[in-house]
Amino acid sequence: MKKTFRIGGVHPHDNKISAEAAIEVFPAIETAYVSMAQHLGAPATPVVAVGDKVLVGQVIAEPSGFISGYVHSPVSGTVKKIEPRADIAGNMVPHIEITVEGDEWMENIDRTPDIIREIPYTAEEIIAKVKNAGIVGLGGASFPTHVKLAPPKDKKAECLILNGTECEPYLTSDDRIMRERPEEILLGGVIMMKALGVTRGYVGIEENKPAAIASMTEAAKAYPQIEVVTLKKRYPQGGEKQLIDAVIRRQVPSGGLPIETGAVVQNVGTSLAVYEAVQKNKPLIDNVITVTGKCLPVQHNYKVRIGTPMSKILEVAGGVPEKAAKLISGGPMMGRAIANPDAATVKANGAILLLTEEETRRRPESNCIRCSKCASACPMGLEPWLLNKLGRAGLHAELEQERVYDCIECGCCSFTCPAGIPLLDVIRISKAEVMKIMRSRPKK
Amino acid sequence: MNKFIVSPSPHTHSPESTQSIMRDVLIALTPAMLVSILASGWSVLALICVSVVACVLLEFLIQKYWLKVPVTVTDLSAAVTGCLLALNLPPNAPWWIAVIGAIVAIGVAKMTFGGLGQNIFNPALVARVFLLVSFPVIMTSWDDAGSMFGIVDAFSGATPLGAVKEGLKNGATLSQLTADNLTFSQQFFFNAGGSAGELSAVALLLGFLYLLCRRVIKATIPVTILLTVFVVSGIFWLANPERFTNPVFNIFTGGLLLGSIFMATDYVTSPMTTKGQIIFGIGIGLITVFVRYFGSYPEGVSFAILIMNCTVPLLNKYCKPRRFGEVKK
Amino acid sequence: MTGTILITVACLLALGLLFAIVLYFVAQKFKVEEDPRIGTVESILPGANCGGCGQAGCHAFAENVVKAPSMEGFFCPVGGNPVMTRIAEALGRAVEEKAPMVAVMRCNGTLASRARTNEYDGYASCKVMASLYAGDTGCKYGCLGKGDCEAACKFDAIHVDPEKGIAVVDEDKCTACGACVKACPKGILELRNKGFKNRRVFVSCINRDKGALTRKACGAGCIGCGKCAKTCPFDAITVENNVAYIDFTKCKMCRKCVEVCPTGAIHEVNFPPKPPKTEEKPHEENV
Repeated sequence: MKKTFRIGGVHPHDNKISAEAAIEVFPAIETAYVSMAQHLGAPATPVVAVGDKVLVGQVIAEPSGFISGYVHSPVSGTVKKIEPRADIAGNMVPHIEITVEGDEWMENIDRTPDIIREIPYTAEEIIAKVKNAGIVGLGGASFPTHVKLAPPKDKKAECLILNGTECEPYLTSDDRIMRERPEEILLGGVIMMKALGVTRGYVGIEENKPAAIASMTEAAKAYPQIEVVTLKKRYPQGGEKQLIDAVIRRQVPSGGLPIETGAVVQNVGTSLAVYEAVQKNKPLIDNVITVTGKCLPVQHNYKVRIGTPMSKILEVAGGVPEKAAKLISGGPMMGRAIANPDAATVKANGAILLLTEEETRRRPESNCIRCSKCASACPMGLEPWLLNKLGRAGLHAELEQERVYDCIECGCCSFTCPAGIPLLDVIRISKAEVMKIMRSRPKK
Repeated sequence: MNKFIVSPSPHTHSPESTQSIMRDVLIALTPAMLVSILASGWSVLALICVSVVACVLLEFLIQKYWLKVPVTVTDLSAAVTGCLLALNLPPNAPWWIAVIGAIVAIGVAKMTFGGLGQNIFNPALVARVFLLVSFPVIMTSWDDAGSMFGIVDAFSGATPLGAVKEGLKNGATLSQLTADNLTFSQQFFFNAGGSAGELSAVALLLGFLYLLCRRVIKATIPVTILLTVFVVSGIFWLANPERFTNPVFNIFTGGLLLGSIFMATDYVTSPMTTKGQIIFGIGIGLITVFVRYFGSYPEGVSFAILIMNCTVPLLNKYCKPRRFGEVKK
Repeated sequence: MTGTILITVACLLALGLLFAIVLYFVAQKFKVEEDPRIGTVESILPGANCGGCGQAGCHAFAENVVKAPSMEGFFCPVGGNPVMTRIAEALGRAVEEKAPMVAVMRCNGTLASRARTNEYDGYASCKVMASLYAGDTGCKYGCLGKGDCEAACKFDAIHVDPEKGIAVVDEDKCTACGACVKACPKGILELRNKGFKNRRVFVSCINRDKGALTRKACGAGCIGCGKCAKTCPFDAITVENNVAYIDFTKCKMCRKCVEVCPTGAIHEVNFPPKPPKTEEKPHEENV
């Protein structure tokens, strides 16, 4: 029997219409706008000045805290400006603007397609290399990977789970890399297992990607320490807690960290980036972005340099059709609506999705009929209808009692509500308020 | 450049809506309605029509001219209440009974609490009990309404449960009573006599199956109710088969199926969690059996559901779903 | 028959008596001694429980003010000076007069002057919208118009004008409790001195972007040009982060700044109409 997580979940139509589009290298751009806030945590501090010449892969910003990261130049050229620029939400974030001149790479980067299987590095060296390559979780949260590879001393990692579920509808970038570069992903996994000091690895892939499962299983024959696990199609299987539950049948305790189950989860894209960083010295300067939508005549999976304006990607992909009413960075369940299409891509961008008015327009809200579909769908076992009610009344103590802080914001509740109640909108804001109150309390 | 929509995630929605759910319930009720029309003639159809129109119209008028709130009759919930109400009436009930029922159901039980989703009690059941208490003669006698196409010889008189209760009171034993009463196949396919919606178990089960397939309801509540009734009445029956009716008879008569499939599962007035639903179902089953065996009314499902409706807020408060991360410890 | 009735009546009477006695003793035992002045103070307070004073409602205010040694730090914005004077009298203390305040709306980006660049389709709450993104116009600082302030106001004194798309304060009803100021995620609303004859001059914009960006986003925004600060004879105006701010403690309401403001971001209210020349609000010509 195929595995899956044990609580809640929904089955949105998967719409993987771009799955057959092979990864194309995106044409060279004229200007790159590199954001300093591409990771969770403090924005990076620029180390270049206006007028400096930079090469592809050169460090242009350094971490400014423990949870922070390096940023590298995705292009070669001249630094034109260092100033705030609007991100996809329209908020001002410091950016480094680089005028592209040619495509000259740092000399130490190995650009050959050869697969290097020897791993001569120690755990510390691997973590340092990952940190210096500016790698963040590519599954969406952009958590700096090197922090996750060095769990706190009192917690012991037991296994590594590579996340190839791609449970969000429409997205296919992970599917494509698993089909096209399976061995490199597995090697990335082996490298991370070495860094963590674990001997067991899994790759969780949902059943709707048979080609990826086949290619990964084939490649995994050479790596017996890694097992490819086929999972049932069910959203949000790609959530860290859900994936751990699905693969090793352990649940992260409420309020606890995933490491408490002994599992470390990394996205397959991250794994590929780790491989490239450790074996090829290539920092994270590009990623695979799916450009998809039913209103688009052709779907694409592009390998795009970070810092490319999204409007440019859409233009190359054939322009925005008249029918498109919403642009989304990411999938339809957890992606962020793009308010500013001129914003540049960041490390964790995985897709640009175009939806039409009919596909995305919210229906008017009507009375809750207490059908409890939201409670059945919630993968964290919460009661969204109740949280919504408490949240609108601003009852923070009750919200905390009902564990609003456990919400993973997957959107299953809003998705499933027949009355069209914007449950997650309310819960998300209540969660933020409750977490703020909880953090302000003195620690025992 | 297009002016794009921006909203928080999720950006897509399941196709299910309140309206589609209510439509599914109406579809699931169709077999039962057809059977009662076939069995008791066009008067039932007229009754259903009067009841549905009265309910919808009343909700429309109250929302538009009294409460002055947006009119939501298109969600079909009033139509469902209308259908359920009609199925709870004797097939030959006068039309004004349906209208009074609609006034109680929509006006009193639903709109006073704030409309759909706010009511504590199932509107159709409140109306049924109101009518049962106010017009006991009309609500419990089943004159020969003239069956269509001569499919059944509809018998006049009381319902099977009523007949049994009456007989027991007069000192008869059950074996005497059931001899000339019902065979199993009769109970299963055509339980002649009874409310419009209680005639055919098969039609109701068909509706149940449809609702399950469409995932409109979960089987928890109906199954718990039926199991409880079966087990509890089974114990009594084994103890004294001459005094207590047998479990199969109990399940297939007196609107237990109609109540447990369509009324007890009403979203608004049933608990949210599986744990709560099981307690709710057991409660309904127990109360039903006790009212039937020891109460003065022959029929207990309506009362059982209404009584358990009161406990729903409490059940919702204390029966929490299984939280993620609470498996062990 | 009569026997039954008599027994029933007797039983009920006995029960009633029993409970009355029990209740009396329980009430005596668990009596809470409360300073009677708390009740007096509470009866003087407006009883809106708005929390504008910073206390958890009128009862808490009364409790704390009675306990406190002086009136310092206690002020009921709703009742204002009259109420505070009465409370001080009741407690036999001296009271300091406070200038009456009013909430002012520091955004004038009406639908006419601020073009919408996208359409928000989510839960109608400024808080939710602000946490999601910058807003549905080019201005990241302006009023979102979803009415969190309206929902927070207990006095029906602030409403989102559907034609303007921004919140408008009804100063006759506003009690300066500050609920809207706390509710606004953009920090647009401010409590300012009500002013002599209710006259006020203030900058109706908080856009901290550079002038060119502001101008692009909104026709009525402060571009931080500093003309007002140079004109002001009383040094009441400061320009910081590309936006001007008028210190109401220094402003003498000469209104010179209003005249020089190129975008009409400086508002004057409740002044008698001037001679025709610069009469109307200039921002409407600027659109």
